[in-house]
Amino acid sequence: MIRIDLPRFQRFQAWRDAARQLASAGIRPEDVTWAQPGDAPDLFGADPLPPAGDRPVRATREFLDLARQVVSHSDPERFALLYAALIRAQIERGFLDNPADAMIDRLSRMAKSVRRDIHKMHAFVRFHELPGGGARRSFGAWFEPEHPILEAGTPFFAKRFADMNWLIATPEGIARFDGGPIAYDPPAPRPDLPQDASHDLWATYFANIFNPARIKIGAMRSEMPVKYWKNLPETRLIPDMLADAPRRVQAMAQAGASTAPSRAARVTARLRQVPDDGPPVTLHQARDQAARCTRCDLCHAATQTVFGRGDPAAGLMIVGEAPGDHEDLQGRPFVGPAGQLLHRAMAEAGIDADRSWLTNAVKHFKFTPRGKRRLHQTPTAGEVRHCRWWLDLERQMLRPGLTVALGATAAHALTGNRDPLTPRRGRVETALDGGPVLITWHPSLILRQDGPTAETARAQLVADLSQAAQLLGQWSQNHCTSDT
Amino acid sequence: MAMKSIQQKLAILSDAAKYDASCASSGTTRRDSRSGGIGSAGGSGICHAYTPDGRCISLLKILMTNFCIYDCAYCINRVSSNVERARFSPDEVVKLTLEFYRRNMIEGLFLSSGIIRSPDQTMGDMVRIARMLRVDHGFKGYIHLKTIPDSAPDLVAEAGLYADRLSVNIELPQDASIRRLAPEKRPETIRAAMADVRLGREAAKERSFTGKRPPRFAPAGQSTQMIVGADQTTDRQILTTSANLYTGYRLKRVYYSAFSPIPDASAALPLIKPPLMREHRLYQADWLMRFYGFEADEIGAAHPSGNLDLAIDPKLAWALANRAAFPVDVARASRDMLLRVPGFGTKTVGRILAARRNGAVRYGDLLRMGAIMSKARPFVTLPDWHPGALTDSDGLRARFAPPPEQLDLFS
Repeated sequence: MIRIDLPRFQRFQAWRDAARQLASAGIRPEDVTWAQPGDAPDLFGADPLPPAGDRPVRATREFLDLARQVVSHSDPERFALLYAALIRAQIERGFLDNPADAMIDRLSRMAKSVRRDIHKMHAFVRFHELPGGGARRSFGAWFEPEHPILEAGTPFFAKRFADMNWLIATPEGIARFDGGPIAYDPPAPRPDLPQDASHDLWATYFANIFNPARIKIGAMRSEMPVKYWKNLPETRLIPDMLADAPRRVQAMAQAGASTAPSRAARVTARLRQVPDDGPPVTLHQARDQAARCTRCDLCHAATQTVFGRGDPAAGLMIVGEAPGDHEDLQGRPFVGPAGQLLHRAMAEAGIDADRSWLTNAVKHFKFTPRGKRRLHQTPTAGEVRHCRWWLDLERQMLRPGLTVALGATAAHALTGNRDPLTPRRGRVETALDGGPVLITWHPSLILRQDGPTAETARAQLVADLSQAAQLLGQWSQNHCTSDT
Repeated sequence: MAMKSIQQKLAILSDAAKYDASCASSGTTRRDSRSGGIGSAGGSGICHAYTPDGRCISLLKILMTNFCIYDCAYCINRVSSNVERARFSPDEVVKLTLEFYRRNMIEGLFLSSGIIRSPDQTMGDMVRIARMLRVDHGFKGYIHLKTIPDSAPDLVAEAGLYADRLSVNIELPQDASIRRLAPEKRPETIRAAMADVRLGREAAKERSFTGKRPPRFAPAGQSTQMIVGADQTTDRQILTTSANLYTGYRLKRVYYSAFSPIPDASAALPLIKPPLMREHRLYQADWLMRFYGFEADEIGAAHPSGNLDLAIDPKLAWALANRAAFPVDVARASRDMLLRVPGFGTKTVGRILAARRNGAVRYGDLLRMGAIMSKARPFVTLPDWHPGALTDSDGLRARFAPPPEQLDLFS
């Protein structure tokens, strides 16, 4: 029997060196015992570690990660188990990747238990300030983990509390930090930690952040296991908090509704000035009222009303279907991919986007959530009808010389005609209010197509917009003549 | 009025903050204090304690002040409440945060506030506290700031530079309820504030033409909270609202908070026992939407009432309502379908996919890999297990639902 004596700290490195040497010499797992400080010497003596052999020893990175965690487990068999797994992995490739394997299952559970214990250490260590006079403040803590995790758990504190000196004492040993590498010392009796006023404040916080109307003790116990309670001073408050909770809930019920303090009515009256909902006279009023519109149900899911924007005196009004994802988020029309396409097409047609009014037939985004995206939906005839109130207002206030309808929904909203778009595109129709409406494709239709079809449609859009520019030129000439 | 001590203020302003459910401290940028300052963040979140209400304490969750000019019926801090009021100075908040942090009691600060004077004034003070922590003290821990809707965009932009997470509470699942119970708030401004945070985050991810990366903006994302049980909204509508929020504003989390009685209640709302089980089922359903590929409507449609079955979990309820899709052959089923098997979690499914490349997966293997076979049995076939008529049997739901309890006369 070969006996390997592992040190108190840096166990992983020691196990790894010994395991590699043993495996290279072909030593079977059952011929090795692994001992730790404090273990009794072997009754019959033990063989020394044989020299390294010439067998190749391989271990994957995943196995070493697993082993690094498992050596911090409290199970005395952990070193032997890991060595057995290492030997098995030399012959049986792939068993390390099989979660259904019993040995891997056991090691994974051990690693998980260690990870959890480390996590709980990071959560439940409580520092007390220690007296000191140096430039760095000093803190100390006592903690009793389930596993020997002092070395694995403390680098976290060095990163987090780099500007203070601290020590964490555990039954396994003591970790000390003063800005350099963490020093590990053998265990000492539990230190007496001084009173710390911040701990009283913490108890105040703990008692007051608790809602007595909702008691879920199971959830508390599963995450803050009772085994850790003895070192968490705030847990001493729990019995009283629980005992008092029913009384507090009952007191709330008995007190019932109360009379408001006198100043409340004044404050509320000042805040709740009734908004002006009379017929809007200016575009500004119309935009304000539209922002609060609840004429149809689209407002519940959409972010905000996307009202028209641009130059009110332009004479050209461009009407799309409804805002899309980007427009909904930004609150401005035609800022998404379709809007960008429209802006390029307008530039090609010689129309200055700043000298036109861009708006939509429906002012709220309609969509269905699918996975992580919002899929655009076409508004119904009813939604178009409800929203025509705003479109009509915009038209009354702007009195455009020419309107361009992008796509079927806009054409329908403006002319009342729901016939297919293909034969109507490129023609001028009459709007319900009498103005001329040039019908063309919606840019999003072009985005949905590809290849030559998209090219043709895009060329048609640009041609239609050029025609609009021309018509607009004629209109402004007439407009100016009639004005004089 | 006598000056309140820090302890008295802490008692009032943590009591006032306890109705906010969020305590997350995970998912932000990795950083620590080795290069100066104090603190670290970026790993998984750490819950430093738990209170008997089952909620974790990860952050110092306080209100800057509980003075408020708004009158939201569900809120203890509304203007018409007689609750005792207090106000922290920025220095006090900073000191409390740092001293608790140094004793390893918290991961950071979750700062919210009543609205004092104006949204801009309030948000400005909160941003100032965050700036003091980050800039003056080099604080590397976690900061969650509640964003006040209606506050100026440049304040929100600055908040995003210091905070790991920003949140705007939607408060209630339906616009009509918000208008009725929180008359000073407007659902469209709440949503626009969420849209602004999303756009801020996206803008911060785009490099400029010189290749320079803009400063990070709320790297741990945004979340929201809605109160459940204060109005008549069905679970199906609640989940639809959540789906809209997740997809629209890329939220990290929607928190559901069972409507809980408050001292000094408003007459507009009943003093009910908080619907904790409903809250729990909603969280489960929310998980199904985010990690299991379920759509809100599928989950909501499992029960004709539009509410979730309180006796069984929503995945099981969906499977029972869609038995035609089962049993599933574990050896062949797609990942998407395995995720829909009751009793299989995302980790279990990952393990099944790994294990089945190494050979047949049997009943005992599934048990070892963490599957809850008592739930999964009727819905799967394995080389050594076939549910037979169990999948379609009439009494299947009754096997899972807990037996009816004797009603407690005093509840």
